[in-house]
Amino acid sequence: MAIEQFIDNEVKNNDVVLFMKGTPQFPMSGFSGQVVQILDYLGVPYKGLNVLENEDLRNGIKSYSNWPTIPQLYVKGEFVGGCDIVREMFQKRELHDFMKQKGLPVKESA
Amino acid sequence: MAMDAGEIERLIRAGIPDAEVTIRDLAGDGDHYAATVIAASFRGKSRVQQHQLVYQALQGQMGGKLHALALQTGVPDAA
Repeated sequence: MAIEQFIDNEVKNNDVVLFMKGTPQFPMSGFSGQVVQILDYLGVPYKGLNVLENEDLRNGIKSYSNWPTIPQLYVKGEFVGGCDIVREMFQKRELHDFMKQKGLPVKESA
Repeated sequence: MAMDAGEIERLIRAGIPDAEVTIRDLAGDGDHYAATVIAASFRGKSRVQQHQLVYQALQGQMGGKLHALALQTGVPDAA
């Protein structure tokens, strides 16, 4: 299956997908680790895809979204952003409301 | 593998002529910067689109020569 199709499937068939370096349990980059911490704090379930395991995936995701860096967060098939945007949205409490608006379970305390 | 702050600022300004750019060198190693780009031409664009415009202005250096650029974008206050 072409990498483009693999990515499209993952993005469309999972509510929240994080293309990252490493895994949620063992992030391998500070930026990926920050987004993992934010998602864990919000308590929203998500799927982590390790781009370090597959060079085609690592490059394919960048052209898929026209975004040059990793991590990349997708919610309900929509590209939300990389570490900067996710952190900014989180700090401004936009991410919590965004997830709720998309019908995703988030911890109320977050 | 590094870019200096002046080069980053020059590229962003060349790509986004009305941009107000402030760059901070986070680590002093020429590899970790924070940049704030404010431009009226960003009005009506999402954060993702605004950041993509900055990355285009950086002509593909982002993620390559330029390893870490913490980016914040926005439009000038109405004031």
